[in-house]
Amino acid sequence: MDRFGDVVLLLVLMTNFAVLVTGRLSACIRIMTAQGVLLAMLPLASGARFGVHIAVLTAGTLAIKAGVLPRILRWAIREAPVRRELAPSIGPIGGVLLGLAAVGLAFGVATRLPHAAGLAVEGLVPVSLASLMMGFVVLTTRQKALSLVIGYLMLENGIYVFGLTLAGDIPLLVELGVLLDVFVGVFIMGLVVFQIQRELESQDSRRLTELRD
Amino acid sequence: MLLLAIVLVPALGAVAAYLDQAPARRAAWLVGCAALHLALTAVAWRLAPAAGAMGWLAFDPLGGLVLGAVSIVFVAVACYAVGYLRREDPRGGRAFVSCLLAFLASASLVALTRHFGLLWVGMEATTLATAPLIYDPSDRHSLEAVWKYLMICSVGIALALLGTFFLATAHLTAVGPHGAPLMLPDLLARADALHPAWLRAAFVFLLIGFGTKMGLAPMHTWLPDAHGEAPSPISALLSGALLNVAFLAVLRGCQVVHAAGQDGFARPLLIGFGLLSMLVAAAFLLGQENYKRMLAYSSIEQMGILAVGVGLSGVATFGALLQMVGASLTKASLFLVAGNVLIVYGTKRTREVSGLLRAMPVSGALLVTGLFAISAAPPFALFPGELALLAGAVRGGRTWIAVVMILLQATVFMAMGAAVLGMALGPAPAGPRPAPIREDRWLVLPPLGLLLLVLLLGLGLPPALRGALAAAAATVGGGAP
Repeated sequence: MDRFGDVVLLLVLMTNFAVLVTGRLSACIRIMTAQGVLLAMLPLASGARFGVHIAVLTAGTLAIKAGVLPRILRWAIREAPVRRELAPSIGPIGGVLLGLAAVGLAFGVATRLPHAAGLAVEGLVPVSLASLMMGFVVLTTRQKALSLVIGYLMLENGIYVFGLTLAGDIPLLVELGVLLDVFVGVFIMGLVVFQIQRELESQDSRRLTELRD
Repeated sequence: MLLLAIVLVPALGAVAAYLDQAPARRAAWLVGCAALHLALTAVAWRLAPAAGAMGWLAFDPLGGLVLGAVSIVFVAVACYAVGYLRREDPRGGRAFVSCLLAFLASASLVALTRHFGLLWVGMEATTLATAPLIYDPSDRHSLEAVWKYLMICSVGIALALLGTFFLATAHLTAVGPHGAPLMLPDLLARADALHPAWLRAAFVFLLIGFGTKMGLAPMHTWLPDAHGEAPSPISALLSGALLNVAFLAVLRGCQVVHAAGQDGFARPLLIGFGLLSMLVAAAFLLGQENYKRMLAYSSIEQMGILAVGVGLSGVATFGALLQMVGASLTKASLFLVAGNVLIVYGTKRTREVSGLLRAMPVSGALLVTGLFAISAAPPFALFPGELALLAGAVRGGRTWIAVVMILLQATVFMAMGAAVLGMALGPAPAGPRPAPIREDRWLVLPPLGLLLLVLLLGLGLPPALRGALAAAAATVGGGAP
């Protein structure tokens, strides 16, 4: 990972923090679009030999994570009257503090990880773990259905970054399969978010609590 | 070619069924593809072909067992769906049939693939194919169920992807960079050289991730909602087929861990998750007022038993795999029968159903018989499995696990028995139609066939199946009785 790659990774972390402090859903979607563009640049910067494999992976990531997914999410909330996260259980300051804790923990864990042969790329692992944990922060502290989908995307993107340490070793067929699954998954989630919006006239997933024992 | 066909036939059938506009031919596409899939699976069992599709797919005893159970359950569900589609036309229409076939394709991919990456792709695809099916009633309850299903399972499976990457990292230590990691045979062959710490981390994430999909407590919270709210044939497919596919994914991880000699790390985890699942299921079954949710919790208990059985190793693993096959067929049958009850009585509340044996003699009898079969009573197939499991626990010097399991299973049996007998006995409800009502052949023959199969397997295991069970158990450190 060269200096360019480090800058991109730093920007990925910044986009995660931006989601944690942002309450407006459309702004969150824009931030995730930016993160998608950054993720698409990473295979180029990861030092793997440029070839068909990296080219297809970059193009696929750009098309899906920065192109199609944000569009689906915007479509899902187009009828929403209120587009803010209402009463998140932690405010922006709490979000930043939890995010900082996640980053600290991620770098702490990453430096202690046992050295393995394939794991030559230093920056990717801590950023991956930090994104994963920040995704979990969003998943557990927000209530709007769309915010949860964004939390899932942050988590998935974190795992994608870890996958880049293996770029070139995982067959392209499998990588494209993973991208396709994420695309269809978010597509169906978008449909469900839209239905929740219609059914409850709000996206508050806390109101989906009729099924219990 | 044959293995590729097992995946491609339902996949192409899903596309064709969607393109075909005629509603009349929907059932034909469904049953036709299901029957062809079963035939191909039977041929695969006979020939046991070596690797196909450029080494991506292969047939082994463990995958073969799951593939066989999935294929049989799917044929039963497809036939049932013929009668079901006539009665309650699903809103989805062609999408309903397409999603069913897409599920069959992705489940077959999971059962046959030798690459952990493709295994993950297939598992996630099963979630996506079944989500629209769960939402088919399109009411608020099914909306809540599908939302929980999608979010919890997607996050769980995302963690399994991280586990898969960890496994690749462990593998690259053995083969060096650019060594094409994650192929199962190569992982097993070089198991000694895998990086132990990364392998353990990989197993934990695979177990939690795929365990979520399998319904292991405490990640099970989506399961009673999804299995309870989905249309009954879908519930049968989820409980009878999908849970076992997820279990297979966990077992693939166990295979690698076993080959690497890390059993001491993996087995306590399996036993812990398994016992916790059994405990949670027993607790929620007491006083359960919804009979579909009751069956769903019983599935959680079954998955707990399987995890404990594999964790105990030895003969217990053989017993667990036999239970897996038996419970798969029995639970599918029970959910189909529950669907018949729901169609006639129009309620899922256990208390509002009575006199089943008078009103619907066939379905009533099947429900009571199914209760005994799923409780591992003789002479059904789960009974020898249960015996092997308990014997394995006692022989391994863990009598306390056998005692705890017996206590929990007795609790489950009492809770379910009281509910089922309350439904079966008593006066038939007064209604416009005189009891007994004529039951649709398409709706009673599939569950009847499944239960008969469970009975036959209980009376005597075919040597081929016994051999496959023993061989499959051996790959995760088990033995034959």
